[in-house]
Amino acid sequence: MIELNEEQIDKKGYKLHIVNSKKFKTVHITAKFRCLLKRETVTKRALLPFVLQQGTKRYPTSNTFRRALDDLYGAVLSMDGTKKGEQHILTARMTIANQNYLSDQDSILTDGLTFFKETLFAPNATDSRFDPKVVEREKQTLKQKIAAIVDDKMHYANMRMIDEMCKEEPYHLHVHGYPDDLEQITAEELYSYYQSVMTEDPLDLYVLGDFEAIDIKELIGNLFDRNQSEPLDSDLSPEIPVIDEVKDIIEEQDLQQGKLHFGYRTHTKYADKDYPALQVFNAIFGGFPSSKLFINVREKNSLAYYAASRFESHKGLLFVFSGIAPTDYEKAKAIILEQMKAMRDGEFTEAQIDEAKRLIINQYKETLDDPFGMTEVLYNQHLAGSSRSVSEFIEAVESVNHQAIVQMANKIELDTTYFLTAKGGQSNA
Amino acid sequence: MHKKHYPQIKETVYRETLPNGLRVILVPKNEMAQTYGVFTTDYGSIDQSFVPINSDERITVPDGIAHFLEHKLFEKEDRDVFQDFTKNGASANAFTSFTKTAYLFSATSEVEKNTEILLDFVQTPYFSDQSVEKEKGIIAQEIQMYDDQPDWRAFFGIIATMYNAHPVKIDIAGTVDSIQLITKEDLYTCYHTFYHPSNMTVTLVGQFDPEQMIALIKKNQAQKSFEKPPHINRFYPEEELKVAKAEDAIEMPVAVAKCMVGIKEEPKQDSQTFIKEELLADMLLDYFYSKSGEYYQELYDKDLIDGSLGFESERQKQFAFSVIGGNTSDPDKFAETVKLQLDSFKSYQLRKEDFERMKRKMIGGLLRDMNSTSEIANQVSQYQMLDIDFFELLPTLESLSLQDANQFLNNWIKDDNVAVFQVKIAEAS
Repeated sequence: MIELNEEQIDKKGYKLHIVNSKKFKTVHITAKFRCLLKRETVTKRALLPFVLQQGTKRYPTSNTFRRALDDLYGAVLSMDGTKKGEQHILTARMTIANQNYLSDQDSILTDGLTFFKETLFAPNATDSRFDPKVVEREKQTLKQKIAAIVDDKMHYANMRMIDEMCKEEPYHLHVHGYPDDLEQITAEELYSYYQSVMTEDPLDLYVLGDFEAIDIKELIGNLFDRNQSEPLDSDLSPEIPVIDEVKDIIEEQDLQQGKLHFGYRTHTKYADKDYPALQVFNAIFGGFPSSKLFINVREKNSLAYYAASRFESHKGLLFVFSGIAPTDYEKAKAIILEQMKAMRDGEFTEAQIDEAKRLIINQYKETLDDPFGMTEVLYNQHLAGSSRSVSEFIEAVESVNHQAIVQMANKIELDTTYFLTAKGGQSNA
Repeated sequence: MHKKHYPQIKETVYRETLPNGLRVILVPKNEMAQTYGVFTTDYGSIDQSFVPINSDERITVPDGIAHFLEHKLFEKEDRDVFQDFTKNGASANAFTSFTKTAYLFSATSEVEKNTEILLDFVQTPYFSDQSVEKEKGIIAQEIQMYDDQPDWRAFFGIIATMYNAHPVKIDIAGTVDSIQLITKEDLYTCYHTFYHPSNMTVTLVGQFDPEQMIALIKKNQAQKSFEKPPHINRFYPEEELKVAKAEDAIEMPVAVAKCMVGIKEEPKQDSQTFIKEELLADMLLDYFYSKSGEYYQELYDKDLIDGSLGFESERQKQFAFSVIGGNTSDPDKFAETVKLQLDSFKSYQLRKEDFERMKRKMIGGLLRDMNSTSEIANQVSQYQMLDIDFFELLPTLESLSLQDANQFLNNWIKDDNVAVFQVKIAEAS
């Protein structure tokens, strides 16, 4: 049986997670800073990764910064913001070749760790601000990125549905920020926000790779130590609004294919006892090409190329998404609702349950073959305060029965449907 | 079975060509949970004009047929093959490119059973008039989904600008109109011509015993009878090096404009020359246009790009081209600047230290690719079709000289092999 081989160490101002795995020819370093989603800070937090990747004290221009990465056998560095439930996670990742596969390169990992540390803790800034030119230029980059979301219809439809569905909850906030707020941010303000992130946000550092021949603890030493002041009050989940009636939103744009998205409340989170039932529910309902949504929307009725569902584990949401002809709105909507009703009525067989479980277990094990997939699994567990070994995970999934899935289906509530369609499109149905 | 060990990357690869012509490549990786199997035929969207097996008359089939065939192979008289995989805990998929069609599964259990399902479903076609009709609705939605994606439109737009008549300019999925012409008979004709084992490769990477696996594949193949290996006559129109049009544009209802600049190149037949040029093209595009690149920096400083600038070199034995492009606030100025940059290639002298840095960067990238069973399997089978050993890329890369690089660079750009394609913002209707 594969195991996760994670060792957690409390360091000064952060938690170090060392994951020893022979699977990879590279070493993966991931830093995760978290805070609560807030409108006041969300845009600054979105801008930060752009500015931090423009250089450090040692490599003050983007060009010298990137060349230093190239010199480290093409180390790859990336940084972004995502949401997990009501939290805004700032993630920095680095992939670097394992020196075991390179001749005469004993210091590459030390150099990589130092570079990673300096990217986060020694940026190109004075003691009161980032370089204003860099900040202004990166504001433009982010502004254009925000503007381009509407050109990616699936992404846009999903964002708009959450806007409508979670209007009253911080979860609706856009992790890439807001153009109006962006205009106002100065190099000083951004730097002061940066300092608060670096000193106040809880930090988890994951280092994953084949460390048989490398003393990784020794290498890390006190490199990332910091004076963290406040631990995050992480249990500030807002109240879930009561659903009086389902919101149906239709929006029109100049496009070929309509995007039909549904938002459900699962009232079920990662650490909950019935979370495995949600996983099996989703696998039968819409998670795979053998699921009800794919079979009925696509295979039986030829309405779509894709029709699927996925769930959010830290807030308790389930999304259905499908791309359909604008004229098929009513038909597709009815078929999707029927599939949910079938789940609630227990219309699925023991064989389907069994198959769903095997698919979930397969997917889970495959995730652990990917270095960042493995890191995400461990971080999700850490955030939810629930650590499960691989065998415990499998056991929990195996133990779900027909009744538990029906209960889950009946616990799940439809909140909002959203349809992005062609101008005048669905009216000629 | 031929066994080869690659000491530098610590991998062992087993290869055999079976009596019916099928090539088998096995890469055991027992530290991974996942096994990835891919069954590939040397047949893609550009193979439209050919002499069918058991015929002497050349025919031309409708646009999009290779991709259509890929969809239909999953459907049998009594079932959908996706379900055969899911019953065995595997996930399956397929894709069609310009030059190949690939069917794949990934599984963490029942590897032998899933391998048999893969071999059997690809080798037992079942097409009916009714199921061909049904698929037209699904593929029409797939095409319309792509029609709404400006990146996709920009990519095919630049190809169509560069090429006069070569079928590489045709959308892989065809058009909503062209797929209406496809019949069951067409599918069988293409199938019998291009899915002969001698035109195919099966590659497995992951957790299995190579001796047992080859025995299973041999037994499976020995049970089936095939016609004599055909020599497939394929026809591609003559295509000069000069681009069809120097520039073209479309309007789309996008928020941000796009510009692509393409370099049309002479395809190389000899494997050694091919791989050398492929590595050099990738290296040089990266050198100029990745974030550490001098020309990236120029575009950034002139406010012509955001984070979306991309580049790629698509090289096959039938065609070769490279493209650079992305979102831009000024598509005309972007085009003008990139064209001047490309023109400088003619006399540019890459320095030794930069060349060595780029080599190191590519070595790191290769090691990264080798982390994933799917990446290895796809690359191994793709290169197999070109008579290139993926695991020899590292030594080939190391053997490249600065002189090779400068010679390639100085001859890359001719007077008339560069084209520009723009996606402009349509005025609101």
